[in-house]
Amino acid sequence: MFSYSRRTLLKTGAAFAGASALGFPAIVRAQATRIKIGHLVPLTGFLGAIGSYAQLGVKLAAEEINQSGGIMGKQIDLISEDSVNPATASTKAQRMIEQDGAVVLLGEISSASSLTIMQVAERNKKVFFSTGARSDALRGKNCNRYSFHCDIPNTVMVNAVGTALNQKGMVKGKKFFTLTADYIFGHDLLKAAKTFFDANGATLAGDELIATDVTDFSPYLLKVRQAKPDVVCCNLAGNQVTNLVKQYAEFGFPYPLVGFNLNTGDAWAAGEGNLSGTWPTVWYHTLDNPASKAFVAAFTQKYGKPPENHAWIEYVTLKLLAQAINEIKSTESDALIAHFEKQTEFDIMKARKGYFRSWDHQLVQEAYPFTVKPKGEMKDKWDMLVLGDAVPVAAEPLEKIYPTKTQNPCEMKA
Amino acid sequence: MQFAFLLEQVVNGLVLGGYYLLIALGLSLIFSVGGVVNLAHGAFFALGAYVSVEITKYLGFGSAVVLSPIAVAMLGILFERYILRRFYTADPILSLLVTFGLAMVAEQAIRIIWGAPPISAAIPPALRGSVFLGDFLFSRYRLLILAVVIGVLVAVWLLLHKTSFGRVVRAGIQRPEMVAALGIRLQPYMTAIVMLGVGMAALAGAFFAPITIVQPAMGADIITVAFVVVVIGGLGSFWGVVIAALLVGVVRGITIHFEPAAGEASMYVLMFVVLLVRPRGLLGERIEKFE
Repeated sequence: MFSYSRRTLLKTGAAFAGASALGFPAIVRAQATRIKIGHLVPLTGFLGAIGSYAQLGVKLAAEEINQSGGIMGKQIDLISEDSVNPATASTKAQRMIEQDGAVVLLGEISSASSLTIMQVAERNKKVFFSTGARSDALRGKNCNRYSFHCDIPNTVMVNAVGTALNQKGMVKGKKFFTLTADYIFGHDLLKAAKTFFDANGATLAGDELIATDVTDFSPYLLKVRQAKPDVVCCNLAGNQVTNLVKQYAEFGFPYPLVGFNLNTGDAWAAGEGNLSGTWPTVWYHTLDNPASKAFVAAFTQKYGKPPENHAWIEYVTLKLLAQAINEIKSTESDALIAHFEKQTEFDIMKARKGYFRSWDHQLVQEAYPFTVKPKGEMKDKWDMLVLGDAVPVAAEPLEKIYPTKTQNPCEMKA
Repeated sequence: MQFAFLLEQVVNGLVLGGYYLLIALGLSLIFSVGGVVNLAHGAFFALGAYVSVEITKYLGFGSAVVLSPIAVAMLGILFERYILRRFYTADPILSLLVTFGLAMVAEQAIRIIWGAPPISAAIPPALRGSVFLGDFLFSRYRLLILAVVIGVLVAVWLLLHKTSFGRVVRAGIQRPEMVAALGIRLQPYMTAIVMLGVGMAALAGAFFAPITIVQPAMGADIITVAFVVVVIGGLGSFWGVVIAALLVGVVRGITIHFEPAAGEASMYVLMFVVLLVRPRGLLGERIEKFE
């Protein structure tokens, strides 16, 4: 009846379980037309949830650009795929440039994957807009001439939240316990956090590095309690944030939970009454300006839910890229780089315009700290955040919260 | 003090092990009786979570944790009747392929129905917070889960060891030909086992929706752990799976206490060591059809 051995069964079973852990590819391809643009974002794994928003955002932008006549009169052919992990991201980026003929690449949320795509961009001399990766190192010691960085870097997130925490007297003389995502992004964020603690008279009572696939945080929460900190600080990413926030609420610790990284999608996934504390954000759909409102309306109409900050950044990036190409009438890398290095200003749906800083290619823009709205005041389940004042304040130059030339070791080879 | 902290991790690990157990026990039963590694088991866990979040919206959490596993168990009947049944005697690679494919279909179906972004779920306010037993800290909610797991465990043990149903199932694991010779068809029993197995997975999903992220790939994430537990525990052994689940939970807790970075690797090291010493798993019985 059964002609196979248990050993074979176990082996094949293990192989399949391993394969299933790699995640299922979700491939989305546009029809072939004229100007090809490659888009990579994690659609599976711990960043997959927010990655799905990014894909919706970039698709909306491509559609709108095509409807209004395309780029230089040509339609955009958007090739958008799951970047899966750093190795796959790099392979796919190379393929998009080499075989699909993409003239420019954009996307990514994972700093580790973004780093590998940056190397592909440099090797092939194609421009890459790293839209959602936040590690300081990408625009610092790993920077290169072909890569531009749209999201706020870790240092800015720390500064945004840190300023708000300082105002509440939650920093000076306080003991922090940090929980950190164990990959380049988290390590980088911890470094920025330590710098901030040192500069503002806080101490680090303990830190735990946590693998990105961890779903149960209880052993770490027990260690937090052993350390008895004044403030617990979350330096995690993607699904980790949601899991931590849920389980932190479950245990009901008295120590306030704050964080130096959060995407709105993670907050929405956390569930009613679970999230508290002060966090940073780069954009929120309730921002009050005409461009932002128009985008939110268009997105909500198309997809039945408001855009998350990664949908916004993807949308804005493709739009400003199309605008730039239309202005210079070229998709050549050198022409594009020269254009952006002029620090041309773009409307990025915020009170102040943004621009790419010429020497490290960072999109300089406002950031916002936020706290969580009490349940009774929420208009709908998306209306969770109360934005604080934009950082830096209106009177100060935007660059104030960004690392200076002496702090940021970026040297670009010509 | 150090010792107390360690003990706290051990106890917490036991609770976590209970959660692994709910998923692994069903996987092990289906494997032992039908000879099929159900790689779609995680999908039922995910469905249990999603369905319970939906039911919670209308009927509250209490009803959700009861109704969701029942609904998913009904789905299990269809799964067994129309898919699994064809593969009991086939080459195992076919059943692996079909259940692996089904896991993908289920994950994409969840994506289509509920969307790719995670959906939110929260613990009922009354069950929040932690309780102190002496110097030990427990999450109130996890204590509830522990109680449910113990209840389920006792019920399944009684079912397998004290009823005529259980006797046939246990005989079916060891000597399917003999059972057939006695004129008993194993197929209806297999339907019941699959119902029970996927129902338990759904129960785990329902209870864990409020404390972990509810997203389409949650099933794929859990199946690996469940598989490791089954392998460590050994086939055909009820207590083997129980001990393995608790062991995996405790070893993970202790590892995180001393060497946090190795936390997630610990269970694979444990599996490696156990298989070196006992290739059939901790309490795995010699089952002729698998040798």
